[in-house]
Amino acid sequence: MALIAAVFCFVLVNSKKVEADYSTVTKKWYGIRGKWFFFLLTLGVIITYLSLSPFPIPDQKKGYQENEYQVVKVDSYQWYWTMTPNTVEAGKPVTFLVTSGDVNHGFGIYDENLELLGQTQAMPGYTNKLIHTFDKPGKYKILCLEYCGVAHHAMITELTVK
Amino acid sequence: MSSTAVANRKIEYSESENRKALIAVKAHLILGLAVLLLMMLAGLTMRAVQGTWLEIGADLFYQIMTVHGVGVVGAAGIGSTGVLWYFLRQYVRLSNTIFWINFFVFVAGVVMLLGSIFLGGYGGAWTFLYPLPGKSMGVWSTGAAAVFQLALLIIGTGFLILYLDMGRGILASFGSLSKALGLPQLFGRVPVDTTHPPTVVAGTMVLIVNFLGIAVGAVVLVMGLINLYNPEFQPDALLMKNLIYFFGHVFINATIYASVTAVYELLPRYTGRPWKTSKVFYAAWFAIVFMVMAVYPHHLMMDFPMPQWALIVGQVLSFGSGIPVLVVTGYGALMIVYRSGIQWSTTTKLLFLSMFGWAAGVIPAILDAMVTVNRVFHNTMWVPGHFHFYLLLGLLPMMFGFIYHLTGEGRQGEQPKAADNVGFYAYLIGAFLTSMVFLASGASSIPRRWATHMAEWVTFAQVGTVAAALVVLGMLVFTFRALFSLPKAAEPR
Repeated sequence: MALIAAVFCFVLVNSKKVEADYSTVTKKWYGIRGKWFFFLLTLGVIITYLSLSPFPIPDQKKGYQENEYQVVKVDSYQWYWTMTPNTVEAGKPVTFLVTSGDVNHGFGIYDENLELLGQTQAMPGYTNKLIHTFDKPGKYKILCLEYCGVAHHAMITELTVK
Repeated sequence: MSSTAVANRKIEYSESENRKALIAVKAHLILGLAVLLLMMLAGLTMRAVQGTWLEIGADLFYQIMTVHGVGVVGAAGIGSTGVLWYFLRQYVRLSNTIFWINFFVFVAGVVMLLGSIFLGGYGGAWTFLYPLPGKSMGVWSTGAAAVFQLALLIIGTGFLILYLDMGRGILASFGSLSKALGLPQLFGRVPVDTTHPPTVVAGTMVLIVNFLGIAVGAVVLVMGLINLYNPEFQPDALLMKNLIYFFGHVFINATIYASVTAVYELLPRYTGRPWKTSKVFYAAWFAIVFMVMAVYPHHLMMDFPMPQWALIVGQVLSFGSGIPVLVVTGYGALMIVYRSGIQWSTTTKLLFLSMFGWAAGVIPAILDAMVTVNRVFHNTMWVPGHFHFYLLLGLLPMMFGFIYHLTGEGRQGEQPKAADNVGFYAYLIGAFLTSMVFLASGASSIPRRWATHMAEWVTFAQVGTVAAALVVLGMLVFTFRALFSLPKAAEPR
């Protein structure tokens, strides 16, 4: 954004001088445009590859066995959560099986500094599998991240990590 | 009839037809501006509540949030339609009567929306995410939810009628949508005609995507209405989400592609340099037709049952849809202004700002559309941050710049009035700050759509409130200018 702002400022500063022959302006800047396009294209390919491999969403078809994962069943309703169990251990991956009994909700895991660690939607008719490994013990908060009605902002519960 | 032959010929209207058309365009712009001002006051109210400077009930907060969302989208729709219609009718014959029909259908829909929200208590957000409208836990009635969705259906029908007329006009003048988009020139079947109007290309793109978007919106609204009165009918929640976001994303996205015609048409007039079409231009707009429609899965990245390929498409096309503005439209505007000797009036300042807002607004949008980033940004304040950047600094300055142009400002060496300068800079600083505070809030994990903020988040909301007040100040100047100068302004030459 700063680069774009700088380019606009550059043009702004150079807007009052007159270069009467527009074709010399276009000739010069069309050449740069081609390079700019290929730069963006290359950047896009690199970012896409790096950010999508491995794919950041867990395989939803895979069964996550209880010996490898801690499994927490999450149900959501207007306007509360139920989690079974609501205590897990740090260092071992947790699979949250998240669903909803009424409308769409958003299952957001927040640490003690109110930093969002991960999330998934809670949907009626679907069970979303979210996997997270907690680094350290503590009291974590679950906040609703999908607008679900008049007490949406009060839909908060706690998860204990030992 | 070749498109080249038609492209070089503007449509001839009688003086009376032009006068009536100008009145209709002004009505669209003034209505859009008035609604936007009210919606900004609604936004200011919400930020003040989140900042603990104002106390209202959660039910009223979410009603205000609902009206803010639907009001801004509607005002952007009607205002941008005014811009597009004004310029498009110069190249294809359009019906003034149908333009007015859409206007009055829109007004009727707005009345219904206001009734459903403030009389019926509907507060299910403008996205009416199924099955929330029918499950309010007694906060609003089924009737209120039904009137809200019926209003959207009616408004959409008005727009569909207008797009049919635009389609008829384009086909009559250019023979096919393909020719209007410049595709025979792009694929080398006819020589490139650099005078083929960019407005026609943009108008055709908007017509195609919005026609489909609104049609999908109608499908999902009807399914929602059936569910309200026949709860045994339970469509799939994920399917409904897909349909809703397709409709919503296409509609709001199309407003900026409609309004950019003001930049294509006006910057050349103020710089004396032409905006020529080319193969690159046609290719960019052809790609946009598909990208605007296929990019919507970036709203569904936290819906894990979505097919993996759809989310990859959402991420890749989000990046891809930034390229046309960064390489073609924004870049073209910079070239036209560079060393042009442009006279900086409020009109030209707003148009130039709009290009910056659009180009820079692409960046936070692309970031949020990456699956790995979306995991911690989705439904945080980052989301309103990115679309406030687009709308406040991109879309609205296009509309406001066009309004200033119509008032006659900026021509014959006239300098901007002091009030206009104050308005412009208050708006610029306020809009930038509003957007950046939202983005900073999102980066700090603050969720969106919360009536009450935790103590740790209140400072962000208070700074946001001051920023929103500056936006309102600027907007008041723009609105007064429009109300006092626009009605009596003659057709600009």
